[in-house]
Amino acid sequence: MEIPGYLPREQLQALLERLQQQGYRCVGPRVREGAMVYDDINHADQLAVGYTQTQEPGHYRLKAGSTVRQFAWANGPQALKPLTFAPREELWCAQEQPDGSLKFHPAATDYEPVAVIGVRACDLAALRLQEQHFLDSCADPQFAVRRRSLFLIAVNCTHPAQTCFCASTGDGPEVDQDCDLSLYETDEGFFVSAVSPAGQQLALTLPLEHGDAELFKQACAEVTRAGEAQVRRVPAKNLRDSLFAQLDHPRWKEVAERCLSCGNCTQVCPTCFCHSETSVPSVDGHQTTHQRQWDSCFSPGHSYIHGITLRKETEQRYRQWLTHKFGSWHDQYGRSGCVGCGRCISWCPVGIDPTEELDVICTDVTGRPE
Amino acid sequence: MTINPYLPLEAEVIERIQETPTIVTLRLRLTDPDARHRFYCSPGQFNMLYLYGVGEVPISIKSGPQSFLDQTLLLDHTIRAVGRVTRALVELQPGARLGVRGPYGRGWPLKEAQGKDVHVITGGLGCAPAVSMVHELVKQRGRFGRISVVQGVKHADDLIWREQYEHWAKQPDTQVLLAADQPDATWRWHQGMVTGLLDQLTLNPDRSIAMLCGPEPMMRASAERLIELGLEPEQIWLSMERNMQCAIGHCGHCQFGGAFVCKDGPVFNYPQVRELLGVRGF
Ligand SMILES: Cc1cc2nc3c(=O)[nH]c(=O)nc-3n(C[C@H](O)[C@H](O)[C@H](O)COP(=O)(O)OP(=O)(O)OC[C@H]3O[C@@H](n4cnc5c(N)ncnc54)[C@H](O)[C@@H]3O)c2cc1C
Ligand code: SF4
Ligand code: SF4
Ligand code: FES
Repeated sequence: MEIPGYLPREQLQALLERLQQQGYRCVGPRVREGAMVYDDINHADQLAVGYTQTQEPGHYRLKAGSTVRQFAWANGPQALKPLTFAPREELWCAQEQPDGSLKFHPAATDYEPVAVIGVRACDLAALRLQEQHFLDSCADPQFAVRRRSLFLIAVNCTHPAQTCFCASTGDGPEVDQDCDLSLYETDEGFFVSAVSPAGQQLALTLPLEHGDAELFKQACAEVTRAGEAQVRRVPAKNLRDSLFAQLDHPRWKEVAERCLSCGNCTQVCPTCFCHSETSVPSVDGHQTTHQRQWDSCFSPGHSYIHGITLRKETEQRYRQWLTHKFGSWHDQYGRSGCVGCGRCISWCPVGIDPTEELDVICTDVTGRPE
Repeated sequence: MTINPYLPLEAEVIERIQETPTIVTLRLRLTDPDARHRFYCSPGQFNMLYLYGVGEVPISIKSGPQSFLDQTLLLDHTIRAVGRVTRALVELQPGARLGVRGPYGRGWPLKEAQGKDVHVITGGLGCAPAVSMVHELVKQRGRFGRISVVQGVKHADDLIWREQYEHWAKQPDTQVLLAADQPDATWRWHQGMVTGLLDQLTLNPDRSIAMLCGPEPMMRASAERLIELGLEPEQIWLSMERNMQCAIGHCGHCQFGGAFVCKDGPVFNYPQVRELLGVRGF
């Protein structure tokens, strides 16, 4: 086994400086309003340190000062998604000329390059799915430029949350592809493994020490144990037929009695892609911008066609969400739309847990009686 | 197709035809000649029409005066005023400008229909995608076998283009069957549902293709009846409608199970949608 170079924790600033020299805006985990989010980092000191967390259905709590490490927690509400697929953005604008003709201008795509520190395996898997979705034969120009401008520094998870189930979806907790650098955290620093050519280039400029083989073995073992320690799982990787065979299952009604149809699960989900478009006129009336913003299959407008809302009831919306995410994604993208990050469990105000719903609904797979 | 898939092209209203008090056909021409000559479309496909400052809606392309076989330099869109955008669209007068994006989606299977008997079965008002297709069948008459047009409406007044149907009925090898749930004094056709007419079709299952358009319960009932009458599910095609924002498979609004109606449809082969058609909430 090749042992990656080792970056002592106090040298993390060197990594930041190299990225800044290459013109990257750096973002990394910082604590905001009690949650871990990606935010601007100008100096390594600003990276959150010492936090652990507890996550359970409908529950998320950070605990400070409980470790020497910087990544001894799993994830926050935000994934990579807003960095490539903005929550709200302009697509184009239209200008009315004095003679009544119209001119259309696409939105500018001169985004600054962004380096992200602390990306998790589940979020990389979600990014791959978003690429499949947005970079198809009708490639989304804004997504494409934003994606190309990203430099991704991943960390291998050692402290999954109670809500994480990436091991069962096959998406984590170890990072093996689709990032530039991959870090293994130890108490004193990081093993830095270069994944992409750009990552290799950057690694060459870092003050890396010779990595200790025994320590690296331990670091890898921590990640393996992190996968084994996960308590939740999906009943099977492909639930398409099981779900569509159970469209009349009584459980849909039961879950709808708890579900608030708030759409929080879709807002935090790193793979959800739905958005709606609106035309926003300027004050002087000579220009309007066409914007898109995240939407959710839980919103009433999502299934509206003149005069009818196809999914009026929460039962139908929850069923749409679950059958799509774990079912018809297979038809669309050849795999489930869930990467096991567990965010929808923690951030659901009433703590609905899709792994539990699937266990009850997909009886042919789980073998449980109704 | 534009390079930036979201960016509309400018078009001008060349003619406005008032079909009924709430239905208007707008004849459009793209203002950029290059774009006009690059624009190839087929019946059943649709455009996104953008009205300045109001919004964008999907509307089927009904060919202009030419056939779809020639280049469609003028684009007819028959629009029924139902809401915010369509009410404003039908008010546009000749000379007005708007945005057009398209053409999108998969249209009617005209290739598969060649040499076959074609049965067009529609329900509801102003089923523009189907009417444009019948026009096209008639314009390219020699390429198809028998043609039948089966149309059902609720009230007799809902039938637009009534003379058109009367005209088609007089064509050789053409069968026109009309039904109204609530006929008026001048109605000389069938009273009842459109499915009630299917038994009267001259149907040769081994050389037929059926194209359906209308409310989903009607399409489902018609498709199932046609199967009982001997058609294979693969011989049946239908056009679906869902909320659409992007028309290129990105916004997620038009999803029907695993299908994106905007790009995998709007015209589907029946087996593709049979599982979920008629299931409430999809
Ligand atoms: C593929 C396709 C082809 C169509 N072809 C025609 C046609 O040839 N002629 C015609 O009159 N109508 C057609 N429609 C329906 C037409 O798009 C709607 O009537 C129109 O979007 C209603 O917009 P509105 O703003 O006037 O109505 P509102 O009720 O105010 O709707 C608000 C918004 O909801 C969405 N929406 C509402 N109804 C529909 C709908 N049925 N389909 C998609 N989005 C909808 C639109 O974004 C709309 O702007 C077609 C729809 C589809 C999907
Ligand atoms: S469905 Fe839930 S667990 Fe799966 S990727 Fe989305 S937010 Fe994460
Ligand atoms: S789901 Fe897996 S990769 Fe994502 S935070 Fe949890 S343990 Fe890490
Ligand atoms: S209309 Fe946006 S995905 Fe089909």
